[in-house]
Amino acid sequence: MSRAKLPGLLGALTSLRRWPTVALFAIAVVIPFYADEFWLRTGFAVFAAVIGAVGLNLLSGTTGQLSLGHAFFLAVGAISYSFLSGEGSGGISGLGLPPLLAMIIAVAVSGLAGLLFSPVAARVRGLYLAIASLGLVVAGQHILNTATPLTGGFNGRSVPDFSLPGFSFSDSDPDLTVLGVPFGQAERLWYLGLLLAALSIIFANNLLRGRSGVALEAVRDNPLAAAVNGVDVAAYRARAFLLSSMYAGLSGVLYALSVGSVAPESFTIEVSVQYLVMIVLGGLGSMGGAAAGAAFVTALPLVLQQYSDSLPFLSAPGSGGVSYADAARFAYGAAVVLIVLVEPTGAAGLARRARKHLRGPASSSDTNDRERKKSTSRTSTQNSAPMVAAAVIAASPDTIPEK
Amino acid sequence: MSTFLSLLFNGLAVGAVYALIALGFVIIFRSSEVLNFAHGAIVLLGAYVVARTHDSLGFAGAVVLGVAAAAAMAALIELLLVRRLRNAPAISLTIMLLGVDILITTDLTRRMGSDILGLGHPWGADVVSLGGVAISANRLIAFLVAAVVIAGLFAAFRFTSWGVAMRAAAEDPEAAQLMGIRLGRVALTSWLLAGALAAAAGLFLTGSPTPGLEPGIRTVAFAAFPVAVLGGLDSPGGALMAGLLIGVSESLAAGYQDDLLFLGRGIGEVVPYIVMVVVLLIRPSGLAGTKELNRV
Repeated sequence: MSRAKLPGLLGALTSLRRWPTVALFAIAVVIPFYADEFWLRTGFAVFAAVIGAVGLNLLSGTTGQLSLGHAFFLAVGAISYSFLSGEGSGGISGLGLPPLLAMIIAVAVSGLAGLLFSPVAARVRGLYLAIASLGLVVAGQHILNTATPLTGGFNGRSVPDFSLPGFSFSDSDPDLTVLGVPFGQAERLWYLGLLLAALSIIFANNLLRGRSGVALEAVRDNPLAAAVNGVDVAAYRARAFLLSSMYAGLSGVLYALSVGSVAPESFTIEVSVQYLVMIVLGGLGSMGGAAAGAAFVTALPLVLQQYSDSLPFLSAPGSGGVSYADAARFAYGAAVVLIVLVEPTGAAGLARRARKHLRGPASSSDTNDRERKKSTSRTSTQNSAPMVAAAVIAASPDTIPEK
Repeated sequence: MSTFLSLLFNGLAVGAVYALIALGFVIIFRSSEVLNFAHGAIVLLGAYVVARTHDSLGFAGAVVLGVAAAAAMAALIELLLVRRLRNAPAISLTIMLLGVDILITTDLTRRMGSDILGLGHPWGADVVSLGGVAISANRLIAFLVAAVVIAGLFAAFRFTSWGVAMRAAAEDPEAAQLMGIRLGRVALTSWLLAGALAAAAGLFLTGSPTPGLEPGIRTVAFAAFPVAVLGGLDSPGGALMAGLLIGVSESLAAGYQDDLLFLGRGIGEVVPYIVMVVVLLIRPSGLAGTKELNRV
């Protein structure tokens, strides 16, 4: 099969590397015809998390900026959407804009919040940045609890249903039946989530394959070498923050739609940690991995809750035994410890290894190229010494060593 | 004025407790180059062991056991996990420690349920009057104990062979190793010590005027993150300075929150982070942290 020769979509569909993705997408398209509402709602929550995880992966996995502030940007998106599209009532205000417009503005507002924080990110590195971004979440919690007209305060506010002009994502208006299956809210939201999540992954992958992707990875591996090669490090760091917080904003909007109401407790530090767990489980820098990690971390507590009656090791919350929420936390806590110890490249690394194993030693050359590229990028901190040495002349005054 | 003095002293006392936790971060960072995100869980563990055993062992015995349990847990994390990942990227290590934090905290929270456990402090809710300023005995004892422990610690950094070994290892691991310093042992001692400090902090964080041990204490322990970062992750002196600074500003913001109502109720919790971000913008490596230099 002469893949690589075929252009565009056709090439993408027939490419051997892509077929699992295409198959997965096809399955996702037909699921609403078979699965019941619980699974569709879980799926929509997963799609929301996938978008957020892909966004965090661009920031932390690709650009190497460790952020514990993701929950804050999710909150900005969710609250902006609820405020812009909601109607005011009982001390809570709202603008009543069309939901689609509200969604777009909410994403833009989240991006703006990320851009406003990016000067801090440009100056502060590594673990310092992690803690500084933790401050965003704490400040966000404070705002969520106290800015009642905007956020609904401690009790939160309800989220208006999503709709496009002439098409509402609810059980009616218009009534819709496809191939004998009535399309209610759950089915419609499933397709909305699937579409947005797929677009998010495709966009991120295309970005990574291009010039910006190389620049972002260079910023992660060796900021100095990147700067010497003409990459504006601060600007790329800021762009990564902008993009990642826009993703988080969209994810927050979808999350709000899936839960139906937003309250401060939905955007705690634990949520930030969960997103980091997702991208590490999936494999830092891998968008497909991030999606898999998001599915695992998001769906697990929901599924355990649904079937908690038939699972003998679970007990009711508050009774002192292991509740479904505890069990889910134990599972992903243990998973993340194990994966860092055993397979630091996460699920993506496992998949790559499995693919190589399946194809045998005579595997096609593009995987090998990819492997080689991966391994050079990993060791580039050591390999870039000559490049750095050449940079002495170009170094700006504040990078000249003091001793 | 007496309100101000009482707030100031309370702030200093809480700040000294923060400094205990933050010193743990710093000691660990200097020997293992990681920020121990599982530290909140260790604080919780120490306090939990004291709460569960003080009836049968007496307060003193329970404290010894609690400190030992916390130190042992920290040492286990170093031995089993951190040591194996010496060269892993910071993100992986951080998230692994967050994973450990999730595991320990989930289990302790589950065991606590919705109860608020007392730790059986012998001084209970006593209030002491210092020159007309009333202050809880717990806070006063916390301040004194923290002062003694921190002074002892700084003396140890300077004069004991462990302290010299640790400073050497932090300065230049390779040279230290060539001089015969066992890096593994230095790291293990550091984690043990940090665990013990965390338990001591937990002991005082759960005393009066707070009602007792509940899972929320971990959030209070989180305030030690901005303290460590504000001081500079590799500077014990910075941790002490930042602890007092943040303790006092938090206490003042909480005490005068009626005058700060435009910022919303409960601004005290946010203050550590505001102070931290402002300082980081001016000094990206904290007040006393080593500046990141690029050798080219």
